[in-house]
Amino acid sequence: MLVELFAKIAWYLQYPFVRYALIVGVLIALCSSLLGVTLVLKRFSFIGDGLSHTAFGAIAVASVLNLQNDMVFVLPATIVCAVLLLRTGKNAKIKGDAAVAMISVGALAVGYLLMHLFSTSSNLSGDVCGTLFGSTSILTLTRGEVWLCIVLSVLVVGFFLFFYHKIFAVTFDEDFARAGGTNTGAYNLLIAIIIAVIIVLAMNLAGSLLISALVIFPALSAMRVFKSFWSVTVCSAIVSVCCALIGMLAAILAGTPVGATIVVADIAAFAAFYLAGGMMAK
Amino acid sequence: MAQIACQNLTLKYDGKVILEDLNFTVRAGDYLCIVGENGSGKSTLMKTLLGLHAEYEGKLETGDGLLASEIGYLPQQTIVQRDFPASVREIVLSGCQGRCGFRPFYTKEEKNLAKRNMERMGVLEFERRCYRELSGGQMQRVLLARALCATQKALLLDEPVSGLDPKVTVEMYQLIARLNREDGITILMVSHDIAAAVKYASHILHIGETVFFGTKQEYLASGVYRKFYEAEV
Repeated sequence: MLVELFAKIAWYLQYPFVRYALIVGVLIALCSSLLGVTLVLKRFSFIGDGLSHTAFGAIAVASVLNLQNDMVFVLPATIVCAVLLLRTGKNAKIKGDAAVAMISVGALAVGYLLMHLFSTSSNLSGDVCGTLFGSTSILTLTRGEVWLCIVLSVLVVGFFLFFYHKIFAVTFDEDFARAGGTNTGAYNLLIAIIIAVIIVLAMNLAGSLLISALVIFPALSAMRVFKSFWSVTVCSAIVSVCCALIGMLAAILAGTPVGATIVVADIAAFAAFYLAGGMMAK
Repeated sequence: MAQIACQNLTLKYDGKVILEDLNFTVRAGDYLCIVGENGSGKSTLMKTLLGLHAEYEGKLETGDGLLASEIGYLPQQTIVQRDFPASVREIVLSGCQGRCGFRPFYTKEEKNLAKRNMERMGVLEFERRCYRELSGGQMQRVLLARALCATQKALLLDEPVSGLDPKVTVEMYQLIARLNREDGITILMVSHDIAAAVKYASHILHIGETVFFGTKQEYLASGVYRKFYEAEV
């Protein structure tokens, strides 16, 4: 039974598009888990959610404009929104979470409306559903898209490692860091930009409604069991990559939607860590 | 030459004047307690001293070799920190962040400095423990060790004993007094605890409807103290 399963996986792996999908999936899972800890701890989880909806709106605009490569538009638009959301979180006339809710729901509505009005596609609801819940586009990646994803992932991981101690300081105690002369504004901006890049990358994999799960679940799982920032970060990266691999393989074998299957794997991992954490506490 | 000098300082918050015409100086080795009623502007003053709040008029200067970024800060616990997964070592080491600039990693000296300060505060044995599992007093000592990594000159403590039980409170006060006496570190403390303030401090800054600044002896003899103390008791 197990042998058969592996044979089947090996058979799928012959195909370049499956290999591409696995590479990209693993990279996205790695990147999205790194900043998850910071987002959860800074109470920014909702920003990931808001941004993904904004990205949906941006994709709609890009498809209306008939852009060849929608990344050119979606990435900058999402980054701008990330910066704006972070700002409003700070000196709020409209409080942070309300601002996020406004922008994200607004982007969803406008995006859907635009797609409805201008789309030339014959399968509109299919397109929308694909953008929201992750399409099969992860299986139709071109070589160029794979390279773009690799480059962006390397940049994200590189930034994270280079600024690791600063991100820790800013996450744990922003006032203290600022009083000590660290430019916390700049690092918050950097964090926002990295989140935006990750969200746009992950759109392919999980779709805009499910991205937050990729960001938040591994971090929350790791926090149940591990007690230092470094171990939580490493653990959530490993959990995220494993869940993405298992989820993608299961999706390919069983023909289920990729994004949803990965999220289910993440939920299962969270349940396991939750139980393990509870047992360790005793 | 004073380490911190405020002249005709007026603090504002959202354009509204909170405190007007504040004058005081802090010299190296002073122990200044900042007391006052709730809402009198203590925390705004503190944030201004730390450079976290820029809405003010008047003169606020640091001198005598002290840079504004060299005031070590012991903040009150935030909600974020209550379930933050971080080891004691990671937190204390982050006190060295200010001196890192763009350098991504900590040097050997900084790691040693963190270790020495953990030892000094008696938390070295918890080095690998998780911060959120410590007791209130231990947490405060960890944050104090972190502040000491950022400075050797001046500490600003925000209600350092709030939420601690009486025994740990006394220990905390003694620890702070020792840093002041033995290491010559200037202490600025925002406090509610008027009795402890007049016991340990060398100078008092009382803010509120009436503003007072002077030595402890002057304060005890002043009407401000008597009025405030009677209201408390």
